[in-house]
Amino acid sequence: MGATLLEIRELSKSFQTDSKTVQALRQIELDVKAGEFVTVIGPSGCGKSTLLRIVAGLDTGYQGSVTLDGQSIAGPGIDKGFIFQEPRLFPWLTVEKNIAADLSLRSPEVKRRVGELIELVRLNGFEKAYPKELSGGMAQRVSIARALLRNPKILLLDEPFGALDAFTRAHMQEVLLDIWKRNGTTMIFVTHDIDEAVFLGSRIVILKPRPGEIRAKINVDLPYPRKKASAAFQNFRYEVLSEFEKIDELSWGESGAGI
Amino acid sequence: MSIRQANAAAVPTAGRKRRKAEKTRRKLSHFLWGAILPATILIVWQVLGDRELISPLLFPTPLVIADSFVWLWNSGTLNDNLFVSLYRTFAGFGLGAGLGLALGLFVGLSRSAEKLLDSTVQMIRMIPHISVTFLFVLWFGIGDTSKILLIAKGCFFPLYIYSFLGVRGVDNKLFEVTRVLGYSRFKQLVRLVLPATLPNVILGLRLSLAIAWVSLVVAEMMGASSGLGFLMMDARAMSDTPTVFVGIFLFTLLAKITDSLVLFAERRLLAWRDSFER
Repeated sequence: MGATLLEIRELSKSFQTDSKTVQALRQIELDVKAGEFVTVIGPSGCGKSTLLRIVAGLDTGYQGSVTLDGQSIAGPGIDKGFIFQEPRLFPWLTVEKNIAADLSLRSPEVKRRVGELIELVRLNGFEKAYPKELSGGMAQRVSIARALLRNPKILLLDEPFGALDAFTRAHMQEVLLDIWKRNGTTMIFVTHDIDEAVFLGSRIVILKPRPGEIRAKINVDLPYPRKKASAAFQNFRYEVLSEFEKIDELSWGESGAGI
Repeated sequence: MSIRQANAAAVPTAGRKRRKAEKTRRKLSHFLWGAILPATILIVWQVLGDRELISPLLFPTPLVIADSFVWLWNSGTLNDNLFVSLYRTFAGFGLGAGLGLALGLFVGLSRSAEKLLDSTVQMIRMIPHISVTFLFVLWFGIGDTSKILLIAKGCFFPLYIYSFLGVRGVDNKLFEVTRVLGYSRFKQLVRLVLPATLPNVILGLRLSLAIAWVSLVVAEMMGASSGLGFLMMDARAMSDTPTVFVGIFLFTLLAKITDSLVLFAERRLLAWRDSFER
């Protein structure tokens, strides 16, 4: 774990709807060190996606400061990799061309790196396949490779495995941890699944909704690979769960799917 | 049934060659089935004509029409007129479709261009196409210009409309991806908007081509001194119905060939589409 990479200070954001102002985030304070794996968890409407989109530079118009490597975030760019909930591949490009995107595969350097990434996300043999031929998990791995090719300082993942079935999801979590271990990429991973948050994160940030505020930050000092059935894992799980129970019952009730 | 099963069983061992042969065989059988009805009609037509049960003047038999075709071809009349017609069609199609594509993309990309241009274009589109033919002949003469411009006018609108719709239909989620990947405006246009618009453009091309042939026939019949349409009008004046049939046959064939070319291009270019699984 290195120096502080991402610094969020007094971050607030509100949206203007037709009649009223909705406070999405209030007074968020968060430091992320280089090489950390931070999972952000909270019920729907807690502003966790908004937080991630602000860091990515996709959402603007906030109060407070957000700096990456000391630079205030001006807009989206390749130094901040973003994985959406859906893979969002270009349907007219093959797997390898999707990963390369605007970079030319005719460059031997790009070609070599794309090959390595295809290996890393375990998609060998699918280089020439079109997105329509891929399963959801495979497509999401392509989008992860696409972000990694650009050597981002930080990888932002917005419920990337939310649409996958339980088995695929477990497999994807292992693939992601493998990438993290090998590349040391700093990750912020948004989820509403407690198991996922505890399994992946070296630190868990719990948000509460209306307005979105940080409820707790929990260091998960469990060695990887983690065993979901172990007592230590379950203890962390209960710790997160009990934080949730302190959050207003009403705002939580509608989206308890992850528990 | 048993033959088919035997073939299927042989596939894994005999490999690709056998599978290709099977595919060709299936295509041939498909073609033969499709040919039954037209062939029957031709034969009945010929027999009825031979027995003089139908008027040889109104319905010259297929053999007479074929004779007429050969004669026209050998005399060079058909060649000359055919090439004139082809030239007009492709010049008009290129001009109209090209402009329609360019303007459709432009108006699709720019809201202010849409505000300025779209209502005018839509109004012009509502002018019945055929009704201005004779005006075009008056304005631009009976030569190539009036035909090319009429065809261009017809070809313009499908491409304008479909490329416009294509641009507006580009998935906003993919736009976000290009922002995250740091694409410039130019890269967004070339690597996202254009490929995403391609299915619409190809649809527009097909419609435009169909309009091109219809426009050609009308323009050449209303006032021309050459071309397939002129040949037919000339023959009609002489009650030379076999030549009229030759003209109809050629127009049908040309339209079919160009349509098939676009379909072929579509198969190649849009192989990535979900709906193109065969």
